Amino acid sequence: MTTKSTAAERPRAAAEPGTLVLLCLVSWLIPGAGHLWMGRRQKGLVFLLALPAMFAFGLLLHGRVFPFEFSEPLVGLAAVANLLAGAPWVLTRMLDGGSGTVTAVTYEYGNCFLIVAGLLNFLVILDAYDVALGRK
Amino acid sequence: MTSHFLLLVVFSFFVSLVFGVLLRDDPREQFRTGAAMFGGFIATALVLGWLMYPFPL
Repeated sequence: MTTKSTAAERPRAAAEPGTLVLLCLVSWLIPGAGHLWMGRRQKGLVFLLALPAMFAFGLLLHGRVFPFEFSEPLVGLAAVANLLAGAPWVLTRMLDGGSGTVTAVTYEYGNCFLIVAGLLNFLVILDAYDVALGRK
Repeated sequence: MTSHFLLLVVFSFFVSLVFGVLLRDDPREQFRTGAAMFGGFIATALVLGWLMYPFPL
C-alpha cells in the first residue's frame, strides 16, 4: 500500500538557487519544460502544446505583440505579458511578426490570446518552481 | 474565423485546459476541473450576453 507523502517529506529535487534560476529560465523559454525536467511529463506536454498554440492563435487573429512603451502603461504591461510567453515571443520578435492589424475584426481577440498565453506561462513557471522546492 | 462565439469557445478551451492541468494532479480530476471551468466560461458569457442585450452600444 502506498501512502501520500507530505510536501515537507518529498525530496527537494532542485532546491539549489542556481538550479532554480535555470529551471525558471528554461520553463520561461520553453513552456512546460520545467515540468518535463521535474518529471511531470503529462503536465509538461500539455503546457508545451497548449501555450505556444494559444500564442500562435493570437498571431493568426492579427493580434499585436506590444512594444515596451511604458509611457503608455497598458501597452507596457501588455508587452511584459507577451514577453512571458517565452520562445514564441522571442521567435515572433526575431521574425518581425506580431505587428497586429488594428482594423481586423479579430484584433482585440488576438491581443487577448497573446497576453493570456504569456500570463498562463507565468503561472506555469511558478508551478514548476513550487514543484522544484517540493511544495507540490 | 470571425465568429465571436467560436473564438470565445477556443479561448475558454485553452484557458480551461491549462488551469485544469495546473491545479490538479490526477488526470480524472484535471478533466473534471477543466470541464467545469470550460462550462462556467461558456455559461457566464451567454448569461452576460443576454443581460447586456437590452442596452444600446
